[in-house]
Amino acid sequence: MASPSEPGNRPDEPLDLVRLCLDEIVFVKLRGDRELKGRLHAYDSHCNVVLGEVEETIYKFEEDDEDAEPVTIKKQSEMLFVRGDSVVLISPNPPS
Amino acid sequence: MENGDNEARDPSGFLSAIIGAPVTVKLNSGVVYKGELQSVDGYMNIALEQTREYVNGRVLRTYGDAFIRGNNVMYISAD
Repeated sequence: MASPSEPGNRPDEPLDLVRLCLDEIVFVKLRGDRELKGRLHAYDSHCNVVLGEVEETIYKFEEDDEDAEPVTIKKQSEMLFVRGDSVVLISPNPPS
Repeated sequence: MENGDNEARDPSGFLSAIIGAPVTVKLNSGVVYKGELQSVDGYMNIALEQTREYVNGRVLRTYGDAFIRGNNVMYISAD
């Protein structure tokens, strides 16, 4: 009696894409003009994620000039837990 | 009963019908993603292939595969 919800026998669902990224370098776009790049150690259905070897990029936009290039700030962390509700997008390969 | 004369229709039928098709996904932030729809789930989480990210009408980035968390989605449109 194989049920479709058995692990390893599931129909294609969006989170499968994230599962395939485990232990790989992923790109995570967050709310508030922040991005992370790091190794995906763990995730769950809320998109809570644990990343290692993380580089965080923060884009600060000038308030009075919308066309100006944003100032970018980079931060490194060894390990990071990100709460799922701030996740917008997860991609296996660093974007081009 | 539900599928009797007044054939009940729900939006997820549309979503499963456009799996594999090129789609446009707009987020509440205004960012637009165009790509091939790989899958959707009940949270409206979306997996896209060959994704282009548009900000203010310009292509900002491209992703081979992209997972979009459902709560950010404003609409999904079949191109």
